[in-house]
Amino acid sequence: MMKIKTPRNGRVRRELEKRAPKLVETGKKTLILQGTKTSGILNGVLSEIYHLKKGGAVRFTRKNDNIRPFESGGETSLEFFSLKTDCSIFVYGSHSKKRPNNLVIGRMYDHHVYDLVEVGVENFKSIESFTYDKKMAPRVGSKPFIAFVGEGFENVDELKHLKEVLLDLLRGEVVENINLAGLDRAYVCTAISSNKVYLTHCALRLKKSGTVVPRMELVEVGLSMDLVVRRHRLPNEGLRKEAMRTAKDQPKKKIKNVSSDAIEGTIGKIYIPDQKVGDVALPNKAKGVKRERREAKKKEANERASKKHKEESE
Amino acid sequence: MEMEMEMESQKPFHVDVGNLLAFNPFRSFPSLPASRDELVKECLQEGTKLVQAVADSLFNLPSTEDVDGPLVKLPPPTSKLPREKHLPKPKPPTKWEEFAKKKGIQNRKKDKVVWDEQTGTWKRRFGYDRVNDDKDIPIIEAKMTDEPGVDPFAKRQDDKKKRVEKQEKNRLQNLKQAAKIGALPSHVQLAATSLPITGTQAPPKKVTKDELGNVAGMAATSTASGGKFDRKLPGEKPAKKQGKHRKFLPVVEGSGIGSREKEQTESVLNKLISKHSHEILNVGKAVTMYNVKKEKKARNKRNQEGKSSSATNKLKPKKQLQKKTGKKGPVSSKKVKAK
Repeated sequence: MMKIKTPRNGRVRRELEKRAPKLVETGKKTLILQGTKTSGILNGVLSEIYHLKKGGAVRFTRKNDNIRPFESGGETSLEFFSLKTDCSIFVYGSHSKKRPNNLVIGRMYDHHVYDLVEVGVENFKSIESFTYDKKMAPRVGSKPFIAFVGEGFENVDELKHLKEVLLDLLRGEVVENINLAGLDRAYVCTAISSNKVYLTHCALRLKKSGTVVPRMELVEVGLSMDLVVRRHRLPNEGLRKEAMRTAKDQPKKKIKNVSSDAIEGTIGKIYIPDQKVGDVALPNKAKGVKRERREAKKKEANERASKKHKEESE
Repeated sequence: MEMEMEMESQKPFHVDVGNLLAFNPFRSFPSLPASRDELVKECLQEGTKLVQAVADSLFNLPSTEDVDGPLVKLPPPTSKLPREKHLPKPKPPTKWEEFAKKKGIQNRKKDKVVWDEQTGTWKRRFGYDRVNDDKDIPIIEAKMTDEPGVDPFAKRQDDKKKRVEKQEKNRLQNLKQAAKIGALPSHVQLAATSLPITGTQAPPKKVTKDELGNVAGMAATSTASGGKFDRKLPGEKPAKKQGKHRKFLPVVEGSGIGSREKEQTESVLNKLISKHSHEILNVGKAVTMYNVKKEKKARNKRNQEGKSSSATNKLKPKKQLQKKTGKKGPVSSKKVKAK
């Protein structure tokens, strides 16, 4: 015996629709959580990542003992959280003697673990330690420029994977239109050695130059840290192929009131609302509105006033 | 400006405008600069170049004016990233849709209001005050095929109910078919109300916490050791004892007969002896009763003498109350301290 359950509320229905799989996907939500032990530096890193992704991130502050991303049984809790919060990227921080200041960045496909990258954080500088002109501070939720520098990102397998994961993590929502006045942040990732990446977050200053394109100036603001790649796990081929599948050109959205004909080409229909002939303003100005009339009236009024004054004085 | 163009032609960057991404694969860091500041400076320089490259292509896109600033339509991103959820599957056609396609039946749009001949007005097609409502029919003519004892109005209602049930069943079947291939609409969930074994029988009643506790207790006591050493689940409370609480004396206590055993035997003996004794008088009790009576008498006499002053009578009980509260005060505080 099966029962059909549908939401009784418009709000619940809209929430369910937001979580349903879509043809074209806008940004992924991030889940930030901690393991058994964290260090002060790691806490700072996690809270700053959360601040940078304020709109689309969920932060868990309790410790989770049973999450071990690289072990086969330790992912169930992560998958459960991902399902409940509808997050497809997670950042898991933990600290141990063997792996100090450890960050595991992972992605999910259909709420199952897709791939993982484990990095260690070194030389972390938090947002508070930077001094800069507060007016330039990037606003929350603005789409960032992302720059990758270094041949390591092309040659080294692990860094290539890290590049993909960082791109997914750092880019904001996927939008079609963007306001050029709202571009104010940039992330720069440099591969300084075969396993180290220097990541920094800068504010943009657009300066006038001769052409339409303004001259860019980067000012370091916000976090900067060295990421040392420790382990990584690539997705297996079948899963990767399925995840990379994109929908073929979407069926063109039918534009209303437009039809095409073989002989005449594209035809459009325009509907004009009923004209209210009685309410239309007349083209010829009414007699009383003309300027000479107005001025003549004013003069008359003044003369009458002055006459009265004379009579009174007399 | 010329310098920049030269550098670009020598070392082309991979620019993805859709993601605002720029990648320079040609810069290498063979030896790290000595100080951290220099490294930071170099990285910023490279970053600036890349961001400038992206901005070059971005600002040259056709833009529309908006309230806040120029709006630009971004091209689709070139770097491929994996999806977060599977591609949505198209809904399979329902049984009616398949039938309609086969027969060539076109779907006709229906109006919200329909002309009602009976009242001569426009009425809704469905809902409150609708056309062809069952309760608006005054007379149903009898047909030759009708049986004598059947109520035609009730029959109409039953028919409608049956139609509605059939429709619900069909809807469920369509949704099950969609769920089988994974194309269930996002707002619908199919929930199983009972196990398939029971079939058409009533669903099992939900057991309360107390009932479960009782059953668990019974199962525990049926074990060889009476349920005392059973492994308990985390959070499970020890089983409640059934029946009256019986206290047994310890087997060994000192030498000879212990004090507790003495007490026990004494009380038993007293009960036995007192049953057969003719002296059913409790001397202590009798003495106190006599004393209390005497005191009462004396008090009454005093009251009769001083009955003229009624105020004193009124005061007296109040005084007693105050005394009582006074006693309570220190007693309660003592209690608090002990805690």
